[in-house]
Order: sequence, then C-alpha cells, then structure tokens
Amino acid sequence: MTTKLVIGLDGHGSGDRALAYAKRMANLIGDCELLIVYVIEWSPYSFQTAEENAVRKKRREEEISTATERVIDPAVATLSSAKVQARGIVRHGNVADILNEISLEENATQIIVSRSSEGGFAKRLFGSSTANLVMSASVPVTVVG
Amino acid sequence: MTLIASTAFMSSAFAQDAVSLDQKVNEAFAAFTGPFVGLIFAPLPGTSFPWIVLWLVVAATIFTLYFGFVQLRFFSHAISLVKGDYSDPKDAGEVSHFQALTTALSGTVGLGNIAGVAVAVGIGGPGATFWMILAGLLGMASKFTECTLGVKYRNEYPDGTVSGGPMYYISKGFKERGLPGGKFLAILFSVFCILGALGGGNMFQANQAHAQISGIVGDYPGWITGVVFAVVVFAVIVGGVKSIARVTEKVVPFMGILYVGAAIVILIINFDQIGWAFGQIFDGAFTGLGVVGGFVGALIQGFKRAAFSNEAGVGSAAIAHSAVKTKEPITEGFVSLLEPLIDTVVICTMTALVITISGQLLIDPETSLYMIDGGAIATVDGNSGVALTSAAFGSAISWFPYVLAIAVVLFAFSTMISWSYYGLKAWTYLFGEGKISEIIFKVIFCVFIIIGAAASLGPVIDFSDAAIFSMAVVNITGLYFLMGIVKEELASYGSRLRSGQIKKFAH
Repeated sequence: MTTKLVIGLDGHGSGDRALAYAKRMANLIGDCELLIVYVIEWSPYSFQTAEENAVRKKRREEEISTATERVIDPAVATLSSAKVQARGIVRHGNVADILNEISLEENATQIIVSRSSEGGFAKRLFGSSTANLVMSASVPVTVVG
Repeated sequence: MTLIASTAFMSSAFAQDAVSLDQKVNEAFAAFTGPFVGLIFAPLPGTSFPWIVLWLVVAATIFTLYFGFVQLRFFSHAISLVKGDYSDPKDAGEVSHFQALTTALSGTVGLGNIAGVAVAVGIGGPGATFWMILAGLLGMASKFTECTLGVKYRNEYPDGTVSGGPMYYISKGFKERGLPGGKFLAILFSVFCILGALGGGNMFQANQAHAQISGIVGDYPGWITGVVFAVVVFAVIVGGVKSIARVTEKVVPFMGILYVGAAIVILIINFDQIGWAFGQIFDGAFTGLGVVGGFVGALIQGFKRAAFSNEAGVGSAAIAHSAVKTKEPITEGFVSLLEPLIDTVVICTMTALVITISGQLLIDPETSLYMIDGGAIATVDGNSGVALTSAAFGSAISWFPYVLAIAVVLFAFSTMISWSYYGLKAWTYLFGEGKISEIIFKVIFCVFIIIGAAASLGPVIDFSDAAIFSMAVVNITGLYFLMGIVKEELASYGSRLRSGQIKKFAH
C-alpha cells in the first residue's frame, strides 16, 4: 500500500525545508505519495460587503489558480523531476482543519509543515495555525524548522 | 452704543450665514419632495391611515397565511442553514448563508433601529412597539418570498459575478409565466430603488449621524458632517479602498452586540420597571394612552418603523441575498426569515424598551396618559429621533451617548455602503454596466450624503420613507404574481427534506 504524506505549504520560503524533508522521507519509505496542500484561509462566518459577495465566485477561482500556479505546480514539478510521486490540492478553509480532513480522507500517515510564519502579536493573541494543527490533528505532525 | 450694536449685528449675521446654507438646502429639498411624499402617505379616504401601511401589512399577512406560517415551521431549519449544517464542503470559499445574512443585515441595521424607533415611540408611544413587533414577525414571510425569488432568478455571468434582485425576478419571472408588464415594473422598481438608496440608505443615515455627533460635541452645520462622510464613502465605493469597508464590516456586528448588551443591562438595572414597561406597551397598543391618533396612531407608527427598519417587502434584501452559493433558492428564503427577527423583534424592541423604561417620555401624573407637545409626545429635554435614544441610554449609563455616537457613525456608514450597492445595481439595470455609468451614480450618491446631513429630520425622514415604500409597492405587486413559484419551491424542498434527500454535512 502506498504510504501517503500530507505536506502543508503556505507560500513562504520555509515551505522549501518542509518539502526537502518530505522528499527525504519519501526516498526512505519507497512506495510513497506526497500530497502537497495549500489552504487558502477562509471562514464561512466572516463579514463581507455586498460587492464582495457579488464577485466572490470569481475571486475564489482566481485565488485557486494563483495558489496552483505560484505554490503547488512548482512544488509538484520539483518533486516529480526528482522521481517522487506527488499531487497537489488547493482548498479554502481553516488551515489546521483542512490539513487534518485531507489526512483522514486520503488515509495519510503523517502531516509535515514548516514552522508557522505568523509573527508577533497576532500569534500571541490567536495562536498559530501550526500550533492548532499540532494540538488537534488525528495523525502525527512533523514541524520542520 | 452704536459700536456695540453693530458688533452684535455682525456676529449674529455671521452665525446666520453658517446656518443659512443648511436652511437653504433644507427648504429646497422639502419643496421638491413634498408632492411625492404626499402621494405615498395619502390616508385612506375618511381616515388618517396611510394606504401604504395597509399595503405592507396586508401583504405580509397574506404571505404568512399562504406559506402556512413558514416563519414558525422552518425557523430551526433556518438556524441550521446559517450554522452551515447543509453546506457542502466542496463549496468552501463561496458565499455562505451566514455571510449573505450578515451582509443583508448590515444594510438593514442602521439608524432606523436607533433613531427611527425613537420617532415611532415619540409619536405613537410605547404601544407602537407592540405593532412594530407584530409587523416584524409578519414581515418575515415577505422577506422569505422575495429572497427566494432573488436567488432563483439571479443573473450568473460567465466571469463568475452575480446580479440579482427584484428587477431581475420581476422581469424574468413574469416572462416565464407569460405575464405582461414585467419589464415595466422592473424599470419602475429600479427608479424607486435609486431614490430609496439616496433617501433612507443615505440621507437619513447621514442626518441622524450628524444629530448624534452634534449632540455630543455641540451644534455645528450639518454639511460639514456630510462632506466628511461623503469623502470616506467616496474613497470606499469609488476609490476601492477596501480596508475601510472591511474594518466597518467587522466592527458593526460587534457594535450591534454592544448596543443590545447595553440595552439588556439597562433593563436589568430597571428590572422592577420591566413589568410596568410591558404594561405600557400593551395598554398603548390598544388604547393609545393619550397619543395623537389613539391606538391607531400607535399602530401606524409601529408598522411604519418596522417596514422602514427591516425592509421586508421592499426588495433590497433580495439584492444582497442573491449572491449566496446554493443549489436550492428556497434555502436563502429560510435564512432571510431571521433578518426581520434580529432587526425588528430584537434590536428595535430593545431601543423601544429602553426609551419607555427610562422615563424620557413624559406622563401626566393625573391622567396617566402621555403629554402631547405639537403632535408628538413631550420628552424630558424636547428630544426626538436619535437624541431621544441617546438621552434614554444616557439616563442609565451616563457615558453611553459617546459609545452610541460611535455606533451611530458606524451603522450609518455600513448602511450607506450597502445601499450604495443596491442603488448601483438598480442604476446599472437601467443604464447598463460600465465604469462611467457606475461613477456617475456613485458621485450622485455622495452628493446626497451632504444634502442629507444638512437637511433637518422632518423632510429627510419623509422622503426616505416615501422612497423606500414606493419600492415596496412595485416589489409586492411582483411578489403577488410570483408567489406561486415560491410555493412550488417550498413544497418540493419540504418533501425532499423530509425524505432525507437534502443532505447534512458534518463540520
């Protein structure tokens, strides 16, 4: 059975280190597929203006294609050229929740993320998505520094 | 002697100048809008009951009965929908029911809830509250009908944007049913929607916001507030400065909760009077307790304010709700049931209770009736409108008028942003989409902010009411012809829900 690993990227440079680690793991495991996931932060409970709502569908599609072009495709391409099986997923939602959901759906054995990129005050007040993920995930989480 | 006299004359002339610009604007405005207002609020022959109030309440009652008290039957389902129980995770990132509801609410929760209620209670007495709540509950059915149609007949463009509202459902729905006159009614609605956007969604908000600010910092010409508001609104709607709108959208719900919270605190502080206040409401509802026009006066004021505040039957909410992501238009109808409840039955009632309980309305100790002063109830400092609400809150929480001033500015601002969008949709329906067309409307909108802030409350509220109610005339006419379509949707959805075909999603 193919071992699946979920890698959560947020578009920041630290994601490269998570990818490098995941690549090493894949080589060690052998029969392994890497699921590269980019989560676009979104909540159904946020407050919008009427104008934002009217263009939301278009914006959503733009967000998905931007994420796919900028983050997912380069990552998948790098891994494929290194002979590692890889697939990209882009979803809207809460980072920790979505990564966990995908791991359960795909029967992944591990989630790999880089250390959080939010800084300072916001992190103190709201916690980082990495911390939330670590505390609530259903599968083991590796945080690459 | 002459030196003193001439100095006094010059300073008074200067003060006259600062005020006279306001006055000129006010007079011109009142003269211009007089006939239109007179037509809308014409009383039924032989009574003082405006026909438009009857129109709205009869419609709400008919819809309530026709859909079998949908506001009761599907209330808990509406809550489930807003929570996201029936939202497909694959639709993540699209407009959720919660977002559609809060967007529409940010348009309806405005100065009508704060100042408009004060006007109603100031003329009709506490009894107006009873009729306001009743109108709110009945109005839920009108909202349900129009929002279902709004989603069903929206235009979904290839680039992913959405346009919906009464002008679309009337023209498309009539055509579908083979009825004539759809296009004409749609155009008529659009005209009134533009007027409504300029009146209630704009002028009234600016007017009362200025009243509250000048109540705190002291009297100064209204056009100054108008210009400040106009510049900020311009920055958002023309300049696309999203950050301002985003901040407002986040802060407004918080202020709403703060407002209701403060009202509850005041009620708790005066808990021994709550029984008396409710007694006043019930007595006033059926006897008037000395207000002008008796209990009918209370009824008229209550119905008028409910309609103006929650916009049920007006059609504006249908524009806001039409952007939601759903395969079942009726789900948005259910969600919209909650709007008049939150707006009127909760927020407006809170305002009315606080005004009643605070004793701002003067009662004649001998007759136990309210004292009348020039057509309205006499109040402690002769306050009316937002000043009355401010005084009522201030009598229990001394610093609250400052918080209220901030809340009023934010509510006014968010309502203006929402209504600028509704008016824009009506404008582009008439004159076509396109940058120049949009800019023209947006500039006109900003000019009216200044006019609204400068005019005095009377003409502004009359014009605002008339414009919004004229939208309701056209919209409800359309709804009467199209309500059969909604009934079919309701029956179909209801049976599929019962049979389990409508899936719930874990989240």
